[in-house]
Amino acid sequence: MAIVYEKSKGLTDVELHYCPGCNHGIIHKLVAESLVELGLLDDAIGVCPVGCSVFAYKYFNCDMQEAAHGRAPAVATGIKRTHPHQAVFTYQGDGDLASIGAAEIVHAAMRGEKFTTIFVNNAIYGMTGGQMAPTTLIGQKATTCQTGRTKEQAGMPIRMAEMLSTLDGCVYAERVCVTDIANINKAKKAIKKAFQKQMNGEGFTFIEVLSTCPTNWGMTPLKAVDWLKDNMIPYYPLGVIKEVAPENAEVK
Amino acid sequence: MEKELWKGNEAIAEAAIRAGCDCFFGYPITPQSEVPEYMSAHLPKAGGVFVQSESEVAAINMVYGAAGAGMRAMTSSSSPGISLKQEGISYIAGAELPCVIVNCMRGGPGLGTIQPGQGDYYQATRGGGNGDYRTLVLSPSNVQEAVDYVQEAFDIADQYRNPVMVVMDGLIGQMMEPIEWHEVPKRDLAPKDWATTGRKDRDHNNIINSLYMDPEECDRHNDHLAEKYAAMEKNEVRWSETDCDDAEVVITAYGTPARIALTAIETLRSEGLKVGLFRPITLWPFPEEALRKLAKSDHVKAFVDVEMSSTGQMIDDVRLAVEGRKPVHYLGHAGGVMPTVEEMVEAAKKALKEVK
Repeated sequence: MAIVYEKSKGLTDVELHYCPGCNHGIIHKLVAESLVELGLLDDAIGVCPVGCSVFAYKYFNCDMQEAAHGRAPAVATGIKRTHPHQAVFTYQGDGDLASIGAAEIVHAAMRGEKFTTIFVNNAIYGMTGGQMAPTTLIGQKATTCQTGRTKEQAGMPIRMAEMLSTLDGCVYAERVCVTDIANINKAKKAIKKAFQKQMNGEGFTFIEVLSTCPTNWGMTPLKAVDWLKDNMIPYYPLGVIKEVAPENAEVK
Repeated sequence: MEKELWKGNEAIAEAAIRAGCDCFFGYPITPQSEVPEYMSAHLPKAGGVFVQSESEVAAINMVYGAAGAGMRAMTSSSSPGISLKQEGISYIAGAELPCVIVNCMRGGPGLGTIQPGQGDYYQATRGGGNGDYRTLVLSPSNVQEAVDYVQEAFDIADQYRNPVMVVMDGLIGQMMEPIEWHEVPKRDLAPKDWATTGRKDRDHNNIINSLYMDPEECDRHNDHLAEKYAAMEKNEVRWSETDCDDAEVVITAYGTPARIALTAIETLRSEGLKVGLFRPITLWPFPEEALRKLAKSDHVKAFVDVEMSSTGQMIDDVRLAVEGRKPVHYLGHAGGVMPTVEEMVEAAKKALKEVK
């Protein structure tokens, strides 16, 4: 019998702890498949965050380090600078990356650190129970903005891919989502390209993946997908935000 | 061997390179900035990695990453910057990673002063970050010792898979002194088969982590750490005694004040007063037993603790060792104001008068 589908060898057999309808599982799969298909798994060193994906070190079938909240880009800098020929990635959520770890991600991008960041943006703090994130949309309800986020009280949500794209060290930034097969395929392509660019030594590569959080959004998984399409994509547009052609990329 | 004239901060950077430091991550702060400056110029030439981080927080996390990937990693800073590193030091201790951290101490609290201080004793010896952990803390009192201890610190860190701090007041970092390059004793070290270097031919993934969701597992992990700290207390305690054999008053001091105390003792001895110096070299583990032995002896009547701290911090450990057997007096100033020979002489005389 022909095998038409199997679980990626880039993932362990540990059962995922994610809530029903959460997109982390799909995103994990895409990162794992990319590492396997590029032949990087045995060499890869991943760094996981604090937040919902805190246990990613149990799920990715490669060497992993668990970082303090927001510090994954600094940890990855220490790894990649001393292991320049190995694939290094951080996997971070929006509270981790865009709030407490804002300095670390900005400066890693500024330095053009040659690792890949997978940024999962679900517009909320998941693990701690649905508090407002820097990416929470205006009007979106969260446990620390119970009548909805307002511009006056909390400012406008941050667009990380666009912000990091202003830095010369960032050679590739794309925003994707995994709401359907077509978008999953696009996301996979983007993640693979980011790793390829990393291994070519082009610079810092950043993939922002819009993700659902049915539990903390208070929706069914299907409704959450619609909410993402209707509310997140208009504010966080999909597509390549920045791509520097390799010949123009800064090579250190 | 010929003596060479070196500035403290540059000397410890060179010492680290000679000890096989693979990478250094640092951020400018007075009075330690010569360490990253020297590293930026010399470590890459020796095949190592230098990164100027965006903050002390980032620097210590770069150390975490590199140490977790099997490298000999180092950072340095001064008091307010070391405060920022505490989160990372706690994670490094929890994840059992070896690294060397230099604190070229200035006065505090807050911005305090850029002049030398010793107000970070609690922070260094009690674990300034969250949770139950210890760092082994070496305290040199001159540039030669700073160089020797930094070189040794890497092997100690590797042996115990634990951060080692070299804590010195800013004077030692800023001072130029003649030094000799010594062959420091090498330890038998196990291979770092736990490091995240890519799984390659391994049949398992290596994971660097300090998270234990199961409280019983976390408890067992802490028991394991405690065993390691007990081994350090058993094997790594260091101190020096000067003229303590017949001393009636023992001055306790570390770093620069200990050096000043040597002159005070000479002065007091020339006047016929029996005063000695007890200098902890490892601030943690503190040489408790050795000091208790002195406290128990008949000839010792009193102790005078001297620190560059307004309230005294090491004095707590001195009192814990003395256990109320003899009076413990205090002489100290906050950062930047050195305790003088005259003050020490006066304090020792006063302490002696009280018990006679």
